[in-house]
Amino acid sequence: MKLVARSTPWLLSAPAMLLFSSLLLLPLTLTAVLSFNVFDYNTGVKNIFTWAHYAAIFTDDYYFEIFWRTFWIAGLTTLICLLIGAPEAYVLSRMGDPWRTVFLLIVLAPLLVSVVVRAFGWSMLLGPRGLVNQVFAFIGMGPFKILYTEWAVVIALVHVMLPFMIIPIWTSLQKLDPGVENAALSLSASHFTTLRRIVLPQVLPGVLSGSLIVFGLSASAFAIPGLLGGRRLKMVATVVYDEYLHELNWPLGAALALILLLANLLVMLSYNRVLEGRYKKAMG
Amino acid sequence: MSFLTLTDVSKFYGPNCVVANMNLSVEKGEFVTLLGPSGCGKTTTLQMIAGFTEVSQGSITLDGRDITSTPPNSRGLGIVFQSYALFPHMTVFENVSFGLEMRRLDKAQRLERVSAALALVHLEDLAARYPRELSGGQKQRVALARALVIEPPVLLLDEPLSNLDAKLREEMQFELRQIQRKVGTTTIMVTHDQTEAMSICDRVVVMQAGHVTQVDVPYQLYENPQSKFISTFVGKANLMRAQQVHGGGAGAAVTSLSVNGVPFQCKAAELSSSTELMVSLRPEKISFVPLGQGQVDGRVSARFFLGSQWLYQVDTPMGVLQVACPNNDTAPLNEQDPTGLQWSPDSARVLS
Repeated sequence: MKLVARSTPWLLSAPAMLLFSSLLLLPLTLTAVLSFNVFDYNTGVKNIFTWAHYAAIFTDDYYFEIFWRTFWIAGLTTLICLLIGAPEAYVLSRMGDPWRTVFLLIVLAPLLVSVVVRAFGWSMLLGPRGLVNQVFAFIGMGPFKILYTEWAVVIALVHVMLPFMIIPIWTSLQKLDPGVENAALSLSASHFTTLRRIVLPQVLPGVLSGSLIVFGLSASAFAIPGLLGGRRLKMVATVVYDEYLHELNWPLGAALALILLLANLLVMLSYNRVLEGRYKKAMG
Repeated sequence: MSFLTLTDVSKFYGPNCVVANMNLSVEKGEFVTLLGPSGCGKTTTLQMIAGFTEVSQGSITLDGRDITSTPPNSRGLGIVFQSYALFPHMTVFENVSFGLEMRRLDKAQRLERVSAALALVHLEDLAARYPRELSGGQKQRVALARALVIEPPVLLLDEPLSNLDAKLREEMQFELRQIQRKVGTTTIMVTHDQTEAMSICDRVVVMQAGHVTQVDVPYQLYENPQSKFISTFVGKANLMRAQQVHGGGAGAAVTSLSVNGVPFQCKAAELSSSTELMVSLRPEKISFVPLGQGQVDGRVSARFFLGSQWLYQVDTPMGVLQVACPNNDTAPLNEQDPTGLQWSPDSARVLS
């Protein structure tokens, strides 16, 4: 009896653990092992331990530049998503019932379209003869080179990531006692002060999870930088792809992927710590 | 000119009229309660005074100044919300201090006034706590301190005690009254609880379906309810249909009626010409007497023990009457006991 009782939690979680380990842990371990293998252009991957790929990445400015670009693009995307998404979520939470459902669907609608299709859509809009440059030409400016620059990547990423920012913030706002805002107003706070001092601190968990999701997905995004950044403007995910499929240097690709994973984790954990620490103190 | 005046204030939501032509004058320092069942427009009225709900028609003046379209954050009124609406991410001290910060008081003044406000509600020791660490009664006190610390001209209380358990509610009723007396702030409270309304305020405004039906001091409201609705909403009442009996005339001290053929006398009142009337008799005004010595005889059909009193239902030729007797040393009647019932003609009321 006792044995059964003790093993029940394990049995119940077994399917999930099996799925988790076979689809995540195993490939991750294999990738990690691969990243320490020797690669030779003539003979391919050899099962010999080496630090060479990591050494190459950390000493080469080329890789540093790519990592730096990846993280500032992800950071900027997160910031813009936050600036657009937070007010949008607030407006959504204040809407009446028929409209709220309609607008929520509009916010979520981009998720129904494939990222590749959206990326091609943006490349048509942002191209040298695209709609955006036509508008610039109409008001006597440009043409600007937008496509195949960082800006095209940021614009498209913001478009793709916005729902991931809005939904968590909107969920946090739902939990807010509407009386709290009125209470602040009754104490002579302006609307802006009420938002900054009363509403924002309470939706911090939503802001936090939204930012983490957007940053993580942006930093490891592949399709958007691949299609809108072009062949020259590389981000880490596209470099990994190149190493695997063009250079056939799988160990170097694996090393790059692992470093991206760790760097991403580091940025997210420290961000989480800073924000959540502040929130935890008050809200428990 | 009263301190706070509502003149012909109405509120429409589309075609629905929630508050209709409400007139109310509140004197400085007065404690007024808006009493009514849910949906009677009392909360809407409070929201209009607070400025959270727009006034459709009419005007609100405060201390001679028209505030009908002043935004809520320029009115400077103190409000205690039903949910308390404390700022969950701020300590008790920061919650109370917020209004003073918005008024740009310096730190020393803030400290002094917040401490005084917390002392008023006996929460000096909990200044560093967060709202989630407080009990319902303590949250209530913080909300009160936060509203009072800004020294508002008018304090608005929206069902302030409805989230507390019965015993605590009673304690807070007295305390609320004491604090209001001490500070002297003009106060308007909204409640659906008639005991709460009667125990703490100076004047009760009874509302029903958007209309004010009676404005009176609590004692008068209880003793002289002006409608069937009020007589049953405020306290318990035996309501009976009565027929006018001719005789007596204009100068008589009592009016003679009959209820189901039983003669019934009550204090002379302006009677309408209709022969069918409604009379009301409070259960505690009826007392038991030996058979045959009262106005009517009956038989106890049920009794309920309420602690401080017994509530009886007595079958009489007039119908079932409720009778309340204090639980003193006299032996209570048993069910099926026959008894006589007696009351003074002064305690019966004719309802219009």
